[in-house]
Amino acid sequence: MTERLDGPQDPPVDSTGGPTSGPDTPPKRRRLGPSPTIAIIFLMPAALLLGIWVVYPIGYSIFRSLFDASGQTFVGLENYGTIFSDGGTLRTIRNNLIWVVVAPIVVTTIGLIFAVLTERIKWATAFKLIVFMPMAVSLMAAGVIFRLVYDEDPDKGLANAVMTVVGDTFSSAQGYPEARARTGDESPVAAEEDGTVVTKQPVEAGQPVLIPIVGVKPEVMPANAQPAVAATGGDGLAGTVWFDFTPGGGGVNGQPDATEKGLPGMTVEAVSDGQVAATATTAEDGSFRFEGLSPGSYVVRLPADNFTAAYNGLTWLGPTLITPAIIGAFVWVWAGFAMVLIAAGLAAIPRDALEAARIDGASEWQVFRRITVPLLSPVLLVVFVTMIINTLKVFDLVFIIAPPSVQPEANVIALEMWRVSFGGGNNQGLGSALAVFLLILVLPFMIMNIRRFKRGDS
Amino acid sequence: MTTATAPAPARSHAGAPRRNLIGRIVDRLGSGVVQVVMILLGLFWLVPTLGLLVVSLRTTEVNNAEGWWTIFTKPAELTIANYSDLLAGGFGASFWNTVAITVPTTILVIGIAAMAAYAFAWMEFPGRDLLFLVVVGLLIVPIQIALIPVAALYGQAGIFGSIPGVVLFHVAFGLPFAIFLLRNFFIGIPASLLEAARMDGAPEWRIFVSVVFPLGKPAIASLGIFQFLWVWNDMLIALVFANSANQPMTKYLQSQMRQFGTNMDILSSGAFLSLIIPLVLFFAFQRYFVQGMMAGSVK
Repeated sequence: MTERLDGPQDPPVDSTGGPTSGPDTPPKRRRLGPSPTIAIIFLMPAALLLGIWVVYPIGYSIFRSLFDASGQTFVGLENYGTIFSDGGTLRTIRNNLIWVVVAPIVVTTIGLIFAVLTERIKWATAFKLIVFMPMAVSLMAAGVIFRLVYDEDPDKGLANAVMTVVGDTFSSAQGYPEARARTGDESPVAAEEDGTVVTKQPVEAGQPVLIPIVGVKPEVMPANAQPAVAATGGDGLAGTVWFDFTPGGGGVNGQPDATEKGLPGMTVEAVSDGQVAATATTAEDGSFRFEGLSPGSYVVRLPADNFTAAYNGLTWLGPTLITPAIIGAFVWVWAGFAMVLIAAGLAAIPRDALEAARIDGASEWQVFRRITVPLLSPVLLVVFVTMIINTLKVFDLVFIIAPPSVQPEANVIALEMWRVSFGGGNNQGLGSALAVFLLILVLPFMIMNIRRFKRGDS
Repeated sequence: MTTATAPAPARSHAGAPRRNLIGRIVDRLGSGVVQVVMILLGLFWLVPTLGLLVVSLRTTEVNNAEGWWTIFTKPAELTIANYSDLLAGGFGASFWNTVAITVPTTILVIGIAAMAAYAFAWMEFPGRDLLFLVVVGLLIVPIQIALIPVAALYGQAGIFGSIPGVVLFHVAFGLPFAIFLLRNFFIGIPASLLEAARMDGAPEWRIFVSVVFPLGKPAIASLGIFQFLWVWNDMLIALVFANSANQPMTKYLQSQMRQFGTNMDILSSGAFLSLIIPLVLFFAFQRYFVQGMMAGSVK
């Protein structure tokens, strides 16, 4: 059964091919047709439902949109004016615009790439099933899935867990936000304007370098920190970076006491004439040692990035990233749709055309660019337009993924329509205007559908 | 549509004799890269759902303490406690509400749409083509346009909040796609079969039941699975038209979203239970699913 996604053996249902797609000509088939009365009986249930639940409401919504919240006072086009003047609704329009511009292109492109790539692997069916699967799942469940993925805590959210792993690979620095050098005349170190901590006096090998730090917040103190030990001599330039603070008082300022802990993971640089001569990282007890440093005097410094927070990923569900994050979930849901449709189109491309071009010496890219994509353009257009309509109507994903506090930032027209009409806004005049606005937005595609159908059917 | 043979030419050019040795090595390496990329992409699509499953099988305390991926090092932490708690709460009722909404809707849409589609395909009446264009136009009407008017109607009729109200709304908005799909399929039924039946004097009702309906089975199956999933997964219509006694799973779970962190146990297990039946249907009938999707889109 699993090979079916690979390509239905029988042709998909379409307007021309029925079960057997017999060669019968249309004019002949209706000769013995029944009377219109019987036709009306067959159509009646559908006509009633469509009339009462779909067609009449379109008229009523337009009518209702001309009245205020109470429905008593005629306000003309005022509700439509509100849509284009209120900051909240303008933001929904802006967000929908982002959706319409970004999501269809991304989904169609990914669908095309997947469709082409699946032709090159043997387990294409399994791949298609996996990517297609989100189509069967409710957007509600998809929303819960992505709320989990986007959780800001890297110990809960997969996205930030991956990002911190990648981030840590590129910089091993342990962050100590708000920590700073102990200042004062007696302190051996001073802070520069950008937060860099430098030794006041040049230091030389054999002379332990003490770098006392204060203001380390308990929650950033690494669990593996060991009591600080003053570096002893030996060869090479060595020293200690430690948290110069004894809880409950006591201890000598500027000296590592037994009660004080080293600060592991600090990046330490030895500088000579403005050039970084060597770099070291502090151990669990805060000690560091520069290996292979030529003798001489150096200034030792802790670069400012030691005092920025450790990289913890992105605030996906915050006001800035919320719309891109939800678009990511949308792409996850719809990529399979695009892939399967485009793959079917790809399979219908005559292989001779591709082979002929290859024999003529065209590269794979040229074949793809000049033959495959143009031949696919009808399917690509269908996918693209379907995605535009879907993005205009997007509701569930935004409603579920955006936490209540950032929902105004992520709001879209369909959600705002529900919110003002039923979700506490209590203004069905404005709600009707938003619904009509949404209908107007999909109207061009409705006309396009009708035109395409007329062309295809005659 | 010869997909069965489609991958063959793509692969065969790698081994085509006119390619030189370097070309073949590049192809081989390229295919290795493609394999790795595809495996990563497959994981990208699969892993979020697996995460939901694992989270649903762990207690809130464990989920708050560590990521679900630690499952690979600590498999002993799994429990079905979330599921038993969930079913003891209001979720069980909402599951049956989902069934009570989805099954009648699917049956009604198939029956009503098949009748209309038969009329559009094989009967003559004035304005037929124009009416069908209206159906095509209604395909993409946003349901938002009907929420306020139908809510007012339901209020007058006294069915606001009830399951029949939800079902009828779903049926009406399912019809354009259903009529479109079935009419396009029925029109391909050989005319000779219908003419033979009509010549024998069989009434239209009989022809519909014993000729058109059986021949239309593939399209009806596609429509059925689509309609089922669409209604099963709906949230907006339920949000507006179902009261709390009649709410389906999606609305029940939505009401738990406000305290996402503390309700993680209910939400993860509920979301997972809600997607099991669609997934089973999808894997069992994916062929019809794909066909229905193509028929509904490629025009």
